[in-house]
Amino acid sequence: MNILVFIKQVPDTNEVRIDPKTGTLIREGVPSIINPDDKNAIEEALRIKEEVGAKVTVVTMGPPQAEKALREALAMGVDEAVLLTDRAFAGADTWATSLVLAKAAEKLGYDLIFAGRQAIDGDTAQVGPEIAEHLNLPQVTYVEKVEVLDGEVRVRRALEDGYETLRVKLPCLLTCIKELNNPRYMNIYDIFTCYSKEIKVMGLSDLGLQKEEVGLIGSPTKVKKSFTKGPKAQGEKFDLPPHEAANIITEKLKGMHLI
Amino acid sequence: MKKGVWVIAEQRDGNLQKVSLELLGKAREIADKLDGEVVAVLLGYEVDKLTDTLIHHGADRVILIDNIHLKHYTTDAYTKAICELANERKPEIIFIGATYIGRDLGPRVAARLKTGLTADCTGLDVDDETKNLLMTRPAFGGNIMATIECPNHRPQMSTVRPGVFSVPCADYERRGEVERFNVDIKEEDIKVKIEEIVKSMKEKIDITEADIIVAGGRGVGNKEGFTLLKELADTLGGIVAGSRAAVDSGWIEKDRQVGQTGKTVRPKLYIACGISGAIQHLAGMQESEYIVAINKDSDAPIMAVADLAIVGDLYKVVPELIKEIKAYRQSCEVM
Repeated sequence: MNILVFIKQVPDTNEVRIDPKTGTLIREGVPSIINPDDKNAIEEALRIKEEVGAKVTVVTMGPPQAEKALREALAMGVDEAVLLTDRAFAGADTWATSLVLAKAAEKLGYDLIFAGRQAIDGDTAQVGPEIAEHLNLPQVTYVEKVEVLDGEVRVRRALEDGYETLRVKLPCLLTCIKELNNPRYMNIYDIFTCYSKEIKVMGLSDLGLQKEEVGLIGSPTKVKKSFTKGPKAQGEKFDLPPHEAANIITEKLKGMHLI
Repeated sequence: MKKGVWVIAEQRDGNLQKVSLELLGKAREIADKLDGEVVAVLLGYEVDKLTDTLIHHGADRVILIDNIHLKHYTTDAYTKAICELANERKPEIIFIGATYIGRDLGPRVAARLKTGLTADCTGLDVDDETKNLLMTRPAFGGNIMATIECPNHRPQMSTVRPGVFSVPCADYERRGEVERFNVDIKEEDIKVKIEEIVKSMKEKIDITEADIIVAGGRGVGNKEGFTLLKELADTLGGIVAGSRAAVDSGWIEKDRQVGQTGKTVRPKLYIACGISGAIQHLAGMQESEYIVAINKDSDAPIMAVADLAIVGDLYKVVPELIKEIKAYRQSCEVM
C-alpha cells in the first residue's frame, strides 16, 4: 500500500508576537515546525505501515528550506520525502496549493492520502478537501480514529455534538486531528540516516502545470489587506444600582453579538 | 435577475443550526448593499417545516432540495446537490457556517465550482466601488487579521465562524417564496457510507478553549456563590473558572484556575466576579478580548484592566444580569 502524507512547515504561532510600535508580526527568531495536525497524519501513516505494511511518502510544497520539515519526517521513520518547490508556487491560496499537491499525488501514486486538518498559520482546513476534489476522491475530515480493513477503511469523524463512524473504500483522503494519536519522536537511528536520504524535488514542469494555474496568479482569492487589532480602548467604569448595571452589561454583550 | 446571496442552511436531524440564522442576518445586509436577494438553500429529507423559519429570519427565497439521500450529511451528496444548483443559478455569493460539516463541505464545493473560498470569516462587507465581497478572518493564531477578496471568480464563497454575528429577530409577517429543486442522487454517488452517528455532548471543561468564561474570586465568599456564577455561565453558553483564592478555598476545581499557577485564557468574554485582580491572576486573563469586572471595590486592580468595570455587589448584579439576558432572548426568540 502506498500512503502519501501531505505536510506543511509553519512558524510556531505560539511564538509569534506583535511589535507593539509598528503593529506588525515579529517573525525573527520564530522557529519553524511541522504543522501539529500534520504530525498526527505522519504518525497514523507510520502506525498503519507497522500494522499492515505500507510505503509512506511525505510531500510538502514550500521554499527550499521546507526540506528541514521533510528531514524531520524521515527521522520519524517515513520512507520517502518529496519537496514541491518552484518560484511560481509562491503566494498560492488553498485552491492553487491543492492543485499542485493533487498533481504531485497523481505523479507519485497512492492508495491512501493523509493530511492534517488545518495548518496553524492559516487555519483554513481547506487544502485537504480541495485535493480530494481535484483527484475525485472520497474524503473524510476531522478524523479521530482509523481502522484499516480489506480494501477500505473505517474511520471515526468528530462532530461538535458527537461523532460518526464511516466506511470508505480506498483510495481516499483523510484529514487528521490531534485526538487521533500521539505523534512519535524522531528516533536515533533515523536521525542519523535522514541526512543521507535523497529528497525528491519537483517543480512546475515536473508536475505538468502552467504558470497561470499556480501561485499568486492561479489563486482566486487575494489578500486585500492585513492588519493587527489596534490597542484596546480605555475601559469604562459605572457605579449604579444593580438593575441599571445589569442593563449596561447586557447592552454591551448585545453589541458584540455575545448574546 | 437579482444577484443571489446564498446561505446554505445547515440542519441536523431536522434542527437548524444557529449559525444558519446568524448568516441570514448578515446575508440580508450584504444583499441590500448589492440590491440582491437572500436565498436560503435547505438540504435534507422531509425538512419542509424549516422553510418558514428561514423566511422569518431574512430569506427572500428558500430553495429546498429534499431527497432521501440528503437525510444525513455526506460530502458527496451535498456537494453534488449544491453544485448542480449553483451551476444552474449562478449565485453571486455563497455563505456556509464554519461548523465541522460546513468546513468539510465548503472547500469541496468551492473546488468543484473552481472558485475561491475564505475560511472561518469573522467579518463580511461589500467594497463600495467594486461591489466585491470583503471577507475578514484571523490568521497566525489570531495575531493578525486579513481581508480577502475574490475579484475574478464567482460565486464568492466563505465559511463563517459561528457565534460572530447575531441572530436577527424573527419577523413573522415576512413572506417569501419556497421553491423545490430536484437533484438526481444515486446510492453509488455516495462513496462514504455512514455506519452510525453518535450524539455525545462532550462537556467542555477545558477553560483554555472556552469563548466565554465567568470567573469568581475571594469576593464570592462561599462555594454556593459559584452556583450563581454557573447559572450566569450557562445562560451565556460559557463555563465557570476561578482565581487561586477560590481554588484554595475549595470552591472550584484546580483545573479551572486562571492565573500564573493555573491556566492562561483568552476568551471572547471574561466576566470577573469578586476578583480583586492580583498580578498573578491578571497574567492569566488580560489578553481576553472583552473583560467585564464586577467588584465592590472601585479601586481593585481588576477594574483597571476591565473594558467594563461595574462597581457593585455581585450577589445583586449577577441575578439581575441573568434576568436581563433571559428576557432579551425571549423577546427575540433567539435560539
